[in-house]
Amino acid sequence: MNKEPKTILVVDDDIDFLIQTETVLKAQGFNVVKAESQSEAEELLKKIQPDLAILDLMMEHFDGGFALAYHIKKINPDLPVIICSAVTSETGMKFDASTKEERSWIKADLFLSKPIRHEQLLREIKRLLGLD
Amino acid sequence: MPTLKTLVVDDEPGIRLGIRRILSKYVANLPDMEEEVEFDVDLAENAEDALEKINVHRPDLLILDYKLPSMSGLELLEKVRTADHEMVTIMITAYASLNTAVSAIKRGAFDFLAKPFEPDDLRKTVFKAIQNLFLARQIRQLEQEKKQVRFQFISVLGHELKAPINAIEGYLNIMEERVAGNDISAYEEMIRRSLLRIQGMRKMIADLLDLTRLESGQKKREISQQNIVKIAKNAIETVQPSADKRSIKINLSADEPVLMQCDPGEIEIVFNNLLTNAVKYNKDNGSVDFDIHRENEQIIITVSDTGIGMTEEECKRLFQEFGRIKNPKTREIPGSGLGLSILKKIADLYDGCIKVESQPDVGSTFTVTLRSAE
Repeated sequence: MNKEPKTILVVDDDIDFLIQTETVLKAQGFNVVKAESQSEAEELLKKIQPDLAILDLMMEHFDGGFALAYHIKKINPDLPVIICSAVTSETGMKFDASTKEERSWIKADLFLSKPIRHEQLLREIKRLLGLD
Repeated sequence: MPTLKTLVVDDEPGIRLGIRRILSKYVANLPDMEEEVEFDVDLAENAEDALEKINVHRPDLLILDYKLPSMSGLELLEKVRTADHEMVTIMITAYASLNTAVSAIKRGAFDFLAKPFEPDDLRKTVFKAIQNLFLARQIRQLEQEKKQVRFQFISVLGHELKAPINAIEGYLNIMEERVAGNDISAYEEMIRRSLLRIQGMRKMIADLLDLTRLESGQKKREISQQNIVKIAKNAIETVQPSADKRSIKINLSADEPVLMQCDPGEIEIVFNNLLTNAVKYNKDNGSVDFDIHRENEQIIITVSDTGIGMTEEECKRLFQEFGRIKNPKTREIPGSGLGLSILKKIADLYDGCIKVESQPDVGSTFTVTLRSAE
């Protein structure tokens, strides 16, 4: 990365996911801002302007990630949002954000299933930020 | 009102129609099961017809003549017995010998009815048969429900065990790839978190073993008269080191002695659990008030802490298995989410109960009420 560092907001109630994602992103030169809940993230968004957001789906409410994504897109429709969740591996319930119809209700640009491979996450972030 | 699908198989039209006439007007009243049962009667005049109707309609009750033109009732019974559905059979026979009765029952008939019979004989025999059928079904349903609960528990358990493994694996991957450079100090937090998750997992496995032992009833309970204040003092000694580390004071107030018929191991688990929680979820320099007293037949144990407390909503989730409260305040505190389930199981053994009152950031009070074991 040669220009000024991009800021990525990571929201998850799982502290280990936050620490790991932060480590991986920082090593790539990103700025990382963490929040442990939907409400903490909403407070942060009043103060900072991230370039991309990574949200966990299930936080204090079971669809907290969807609600937060909706909130973010209302403030800034162009801000790329990635939703991560273990629901697929745990329940077999599948979400996707690849078709227009799905994106009409899931306000996210990408849906990733946990556990997430770091290379994949970095690749997707670079793609969404146009850093390739 | 439940309707019982009934199939009458007899080559004599008189008997077939007679049975249908009697059963169509009969309402069996099963008092134990609070059920009234009606009969929907279908007829077959030979074994082939009967087999087809059994396969298609799956009757609940089969009334079968011993002697049929092409195949005996016994042979027919043999064929349907391999089918997997629950059906109760009454055999009708003109040759009411002990031999035929025995071979019919060996092949799965529930009872037999000797020709000629009165309407009342039929009703009585049918009543007994369906009572048996309903009971068998109820038992099966209960077993099914038990299995379901088991299954749910195991799937939640699987998830709870997987979560720390995923976290630790994530940290190890980062370290293996030297994501944060070659200096080990950059990984201190990750190592600390990994160890914490392992500690939590070990606690969960220990609690799981306690819970299984309690549930299976395999461990023999050893009930004797105990002064539980002595057990309480031992429990305090066990948690004292972790309380001292954070300058938490434990105050015991108890009438000495408090005698109780109990298994000392079980009471120790109760005290250890309550005290460990009161220390774990306390604040530094806080205190724990541990009170044991007797009110008539009941022994009342109260443990209050000055800790992080819980909201009303959190209190409600507390007693579910793995219902651990997850918030930033609890994330550094290892716990299995099983401790209180164990407490509740033990309290049940002493005809007791457990209650919690709590206020966020003020503290929680757990009250356990027990009676002497029989």
